[in-house]
Amino acid sequence: MPIVDVKGVEKVYQQGDIEVHALKDIYLSIAPGSFAAIAGPSGSGKTTLLNIIGGLDLPDHGEVVVDSRHFRKMNQSQLAELRLNRIGFVFQAYNLIPVLSAVENVEYVMLLQGVEKADRRKRAMAILDEVGLSEKYHNRPSELSGGQQQRVAVARAIVSNPAIVLADEPTANLDSKTGEALLQIMAEMNENRNVTFIFSTHDQMVMDYAHRLVLLRDGMIDDDQVK
Amino acid sequence: MELQLAWRNIWRNPRRTVIIMIAVIIGVWTMVALTSLMRGIVNDMLENGISTLTGDIKLYASGYHNDPSIEYRIDDPNSVISKIAKTLPVDSKYAARVRVNAIASNARHSIGLTLVGIDPDQEKGVSFIGNGVVDGRMISEDDNNAIVIGQALLEKFETRIGRKLILMSQNSQNEIVSKAFKIVGVFRAKLASTEKQFVFVNKHSAQKMLGIGNGISEISVVINDHGKFEQTSQGIAEILKDSDIEVHTWKDLLPMLTAYMEIFNGFIVLWYLVVFVAMAFGIVNTMLMAVFERMREFGLLKALGMKPMLILRSVLIESGIILIMGAIAGNLLAFGSVMMIAATGIDLSALSSGFEYVGMSSVIYPEIFLKDVFLANVVVLILGLAVSTYPAVKASRITPVEAMAHT
Ligand SMILES: Nc1ncnc2c1ncn2[C@@H]1O[C@H](COP(=O)(O)OP(=O)(O)OP(=O)(O)O)[C@@H](O)[C@H]1O
Ligand SMILES: [Mg+2]
Repeated sequence: MPIVDVKGVEKVYQQGDIEVHALKDIYLSIAPGSFAAIAGPSGSGKTTLLNIIGGLDLPDHGEVVVDSRHFRKMNQSQLAELRLNRIGFVFQAYNLIPVLSAVENVEYVMLLQGVEKADRRKRAMAILDEVGLSEKYHNRPSELSGGQQQRVAVARAIVSNPAIVLADEPTANLDSKTGEALLQIMAEMNENRNVTFIFSTHDQMVMDYAHRLVLLRDGMIDDDQVK
Repeated sequence: MELQLAWRNIWRNPRRTVIIMIAVIIGVWTMVALTSLMRGIVNDMLENGISTLTGDIKLYASGYHNDPSIEYRIDDPNSVISKIAKTLPVDSKYAARVRVNAIASNARHSIGLTLVGIDPDQEKGVSFIGNGVVDGRMISEDDNNAIVIGQALLEKFETRIGRKLILMSQNSQNEIVSKAFKIVGVFRAKLASTEKQFVFVNKHSAQKMLGIGNGISEISVVINDHGKFEQTSQGIAEILKDSDIEVHTWKDLLPMLTAYMEIFNGFIVLWYLVVFVAMAFGIVNTMLMAVFERMREFGLLKALGMKPMLILRSVLIESGIILIMGAIAGNLLAFGSVMMIAATGIDLSALSSGFEYVGMSSVIYPEIFLKDVFLANVVVLILGLAVSTYPAVKASRITPVEAMAHT
């Protein structure tokens, strides 16, 4: 059974008088444990697709099933619950709460999940160690480099024990070396924890890491290769 | 962690927080300080009114209230007093008086005023005359010809202590009687009009002059805890319901004062409203700005799975902290400034002597009532939180997709 199942999804945005078909009749199944990349030129619908898979945006047509949950049957509050417990997010930028330190940012999701205080701190530190930030627990985001910030974001996405992590161009703001390091961390997490990663990218290097590459063009799937 | 986060968020933009706090401080400060000033004025008017021979409760023979003539009198005051004594709260005081309209004259002047026959000891703590005289001496039990008059009357009559004053009135047979008294003392009252209105003689000499035996015109009762006057007057009325005596409270004896107090109360509410509306605009505007500035963050929190109610709550916690800090500072300022003013009082005599007309002293001592402080704080905190729900709801409705588009 796929962990993500997108069936006939369409999304139309209204831009003034013009209707923009951001996604046209998308079918996409992703198996548990995948490390999948969604690639395509700017405006091809990568962000839109990830948002819909993450329950941040609703499709105009079609069906989305994540972790056996049918989005169409769920209300906003149930979707929030699902995101909190089953989906991790890493965005291109502005991932962290600026007034919280690295360890507090990671803890915050667990607070929302209702994890015990002592447990929170322990798990947050452990996961920051895993992404190589043992020295930076108490630094605020403004005191971290872009790559370190993204690593905190990955740590936060993974700490809640999600079924999938959705990352929208996580390396776009990083230089290639830092980007590759981040990708390696994500690949390790994927392997060690068997968490499904779906990320979008422009970057050939990032695509090379992916075990599966879905190519979008004008809101349609142009190519889908499993390596 | 929630409080910690709220605290840090508050200080992200200290200037904005300080602006909201100043609005709250000024709001609470002016609410509490001005209310206590008004309470001072109203209480002063009430004290003046009650001590100007009114009392909390007053007993008359039926008819006297409409036609204050010596014809209507309580002939046996002692039996009335012994009947009601039990219903009075422990430390209440009373005074029985003879009171008639009279004309006072000397060689140069004459004026209509009120002749009051008193027992000087009874008046202590009941009316202003119980405080004694500023010049000369007080009338005593067996002073048959002595009279005490007000400073203002003394000046108007161009007379002095030791001189005579002729009092003319109607006796119980409706005959004109007159008697010469010797001025033995001069009293002062807060209001010049009171000094001109009343002259005091020994109760027995008034009774003799008017031919009324032991009769008196009124019994004035003062209760230590003014708040109990209504209940006590009902108790007295119940006891005296078969006798020929009317029971009145200051509320119906001083209708002007009652009206002023209501106006003041209305004004206080209006003032709260004005201050609050001004403050509310400040709070809503600044909080909205803060929320829109942090749109990306709220979008992120939503994406992470934070429910709208929690986001709403976190914004309310932030404004709650600002409101509480502002309210504390506002209260401190208010208490401080009121205490400073209360030490010396505010002298309004320079402004106008017209204050006297409404029965107000020229020096006002503000009084803080906890009830008012409580009300001001509740208004600020509860309504402050209520208006903060608007920006808070806005924050809770931000969607991640919107937030991401808003870079
Ligand atoms: N909120 C929106 N309102 C209107 N149009 C939108 C909105 N979001 C996306 N679109 C449009 O939908 C299309 C797909 O956008 P999307 O952001 O998914 O592309 P993308 O592949 O992520 O592009 P990029 O590589 O630049 O991030 C674009 O034409 C975009 O203009
Ligand atoms: Mg995009």
